[in-house]
Amino acid sequence: MPSTDEIRQRIEAALPGATAEVEDWTGGGDHLRATVVAPQFSGLSRIAQHRLVYDIFGDEIGGPIHALSLKTSTP
Amino acid sequence: MSDQTDNPIRDAVAGAISEHEVILFMKGTPEAPGCGFSARTAGALQALDAPFAAVDVLPDPRIRQELSAISQWPTIPQLFVKGELIGGADIVGEMFESGELAELLGADQPTEPTADTAEVMPTSPPGMQIENRLG
Repeated sequence: MPSTDEIRQRIEAALPGATAEVEDWTGGGDHLRATVVAPQFSGLSRIAQHRLVYDIFGDEIGGPIHALSLKTSTP
Repeated sequence: MSDQTDNPIRDAVAGAISEHEVILFMKGTPEAPGCGFSARTAGALQALDAPFAAVDVLPDPRIRQELSAISQWPTIPQLFVKGELIGGADIVGEMFESGELAELLGADQPTEPTADTAEVMPTSPPGMQIENRLG
């Protein structure tokens, strides 16, 4: 199960210029919440913004990462 | 799971999405949601008095599998309006707060925020319920 810090690093690595905050919502490590501010989100719908983040983790969402709640915005 | 040309589950999911103007795929039912995220999403629709069809994905894991294959969206719940994926619990929650959801559904935005959908950024996790449907 990836740590919140690993999730943050992977988001920031995949989206250069992005800043992410990742918190463990339940303390159990599997319900995470990420607040992501990324220039790549500019002009995209919310669906497309969230997909950009979900795509970083692929099949891990719903697997090792049981739930990743997202809040996205542009800088 | 190999590709199938004849896939009744996928056809049924795609059919349900096209046949219902507003349809929510969720864990459990609106009356007895099986997960806090599904509860929050169904609650937003109920707060708007918006009629919607609901599909429980829990009884057969293939429903969720085929749904995500169609929508390219990894998590449950998923709300579709007029055949288009609107989003999951996060997006629907934000749209409820902003009034965009009421506008999309042609509903009246409630003047008083309801208790279960009032917060855009909940300070506590959604209620975790034991999902006992799988035995």
